[in-house]
Amino acid sequence: MNTLSLWAGDSATMLRRNLRHMLRYPSMTVILVGMPLVLLLLFVYVFGGTLGAGLGGVSGGRAAYVDYLAPGILLLTVAAVSQGTAISVAMDMTGGIIARFRTMAISRASVLTGHVLGAMIQTLLAIAVVTGVALLVGWRPTAGPVEWIAAIGVLAMVSWALTWLTVALGLVSESVETASNLPMPLILLPFLSSGFVPTDSMPTALRWFAEYQPFTPIIETLRGLLMGTPIGNSAIISIAWCAAISLVGYLWARALFNRDPAR
Amino acid sequence: MTASPRAITATGLRKSFSEKAVLDGIDLDVAEGKIFALLGPNGAGKTTVVNILSTLITSDGGEMRVAGHDPARDPDGVRGAIGVTGQFSAVDDLLTGEENLILMADLGHLGRSEGRRRAAKLLRRFDLAEAARKTPATYSGGMRRRLDLAMTLMGDPRIVFLDEPTTGLDPRSRRTMWEIIRDLVAGGVTIFLTTQHLEEADELADRIAILDGGRLVAEGTPDELKRRIPGGHVRLRFDDPGGLESAALAVGESSRDDAALTLHVPIDGSVGSLKAVLDRLDGGSSSVGGLSVHTPDLDDVFFALTGHHEREKEKP
Repeated sequence: MNTLSLWAGDSATMLRRNLRHMLRYPSMTVILVGMPLVLLLLFVYVFGGTLGAGLGGVSGGRAAYVDYLAPGILLLTVAAVSQGTAISVAMDMTGGIIARFRTMAISRASVLTGHVLGAMIQTLLAIAVVTGVALLVGWRPTAGPVEWIAAIGVLAMVSWALTWLTVALGLVSESVETASNLPMPLILLPFLSSGFVPTDSMPTALRWFAEYQPFTPIIETLRGLLMGTPIGNSAIISIAWCAAISLVGYLWARALFNRDPAR
Repeated sequence: MTASPRAITATGLRKSFSEKAVLDGIDLDVAEGKIFALLGPNGAGKTTVVNILSTLITSDGGEMRVAGHDPARDPDGVRGAIGVTGQFSAVDDLLTGEENLILMADLGHLGRSEGRRRAAKLLRRFDLAEAARKTPATYSGGMRRRLDLAMTLMGDPRIVFLDEPTTGLDPRSRRTMWEIIRDLVAGGVTIFLTTQHLEEADELADRIAILDGGRLVAEGTPDELKRRIPGGHVRLRFDDPGGLESAALAVGESSRDDAALTLHVPIDGSVGSLKAVLDRLDGGSSSVGGLSVHTPDLDDVFFALTGHHEREKEKP
């Protein structure tokens, strides 16, 4: 069997294993989806009236704010699930089963690929739930089928990139606690972007940061696809960021996984 | 020794962790289809030997062949021929017993029906059929260890590494594990076993190597090793720790068990050597509560060899 088909076969086996874990341990998925849902409801019903009035559009108010907020919440969902990946990778590494995998004639990368693919499926499920709730609380996207498919593609791309990064964070963590804290910046970054308020309402230094960090172009791309706002060069910048993050995450994770285990 | 094919050979195996030498030049020679026991106290480096031979970690130096392959250059060649049941449970706690075995079948590319057939067979053989649909969280220690070993055997390995396979098991589960190990060897499998229990090595092994402080201090068949200590030992029992303390000082070379308040003093089997021990005790005015003379067993070899080693290390 050649390396590629070995990798594909073993990755499928590892993916099945990770999906079984999610079914056996659903509370993790529920918590991961819960966080963006709570923030969605909080921002729409508590802050939404005021923030919507400040958007400066023609209509304003809560309804306008839901439309502004939803793409950012979708991205936050991706970030939240990827935080869970760091935790489940770290949990996996503390168990003896990984040592067993390392002494078997299998594709080593498949252990990590299984986690990444499992996390992407988890992300897409979470996105579906969050989208459903956002529609219920008044989100009215203007996207047609093509734009929706493109938006899902963007979210999958971001999920792929962030998951490779959080797999590496899970591997570098000495404990499960560390693994749950390390990806915290990923949860924070959407707040320091155009996800919750327009960047031109921020003080200069923060605005500069918000405009150049990766999440802003991704959110602008999503917003453009779903709400029909101008995308400009955001799409190409998003793709570049995701490619870079994926590559760094993948190489880092691979190097960490291939080093001798500590015990 | 005959020139039978070798399952594992190693010369000059070395490994250090952060400057500290854990293995300091180990030579191993394991014949095919036999049980080889690596015996040593905690921290002697037994697990490190297993981890290196099973390709889990890399060595710092030395030549090795496992099933004809070099773990350093051709790890996948080694991995295809071995199975490892480590000291730490290597089962997936979120999968059922049966799913754990099927996972191994899938990773071994056995095919669906062959995987299921072999899983069912192992579940029956290891008395796990009833627990097959439950997760290992509900298993006893012995069941967990049997599932662990069943997973190792799914790939039909020619060489099986067992790192302290009975540590933490009750006596009955230990017996069961011994029977399983003997069955495996009867089927032509080579067993590389580590243990800190002399009884276990004596019971199972065709050859034993004693590891202490990163070096092999003795190697041979159980009988050969026993012959190295001709006289056995005197076992002295004390009523209080003070008596044990002063007697330990008085008799010189000995090993003590503070919890049981006993002292093992090696003798060469002659009446003279027994008398010499008693004379020295008298000088220490010890409170000996009981005394028994033992013919040699592996304990004597072990204590004589490793005890000797300990004192050498303490020299400046």
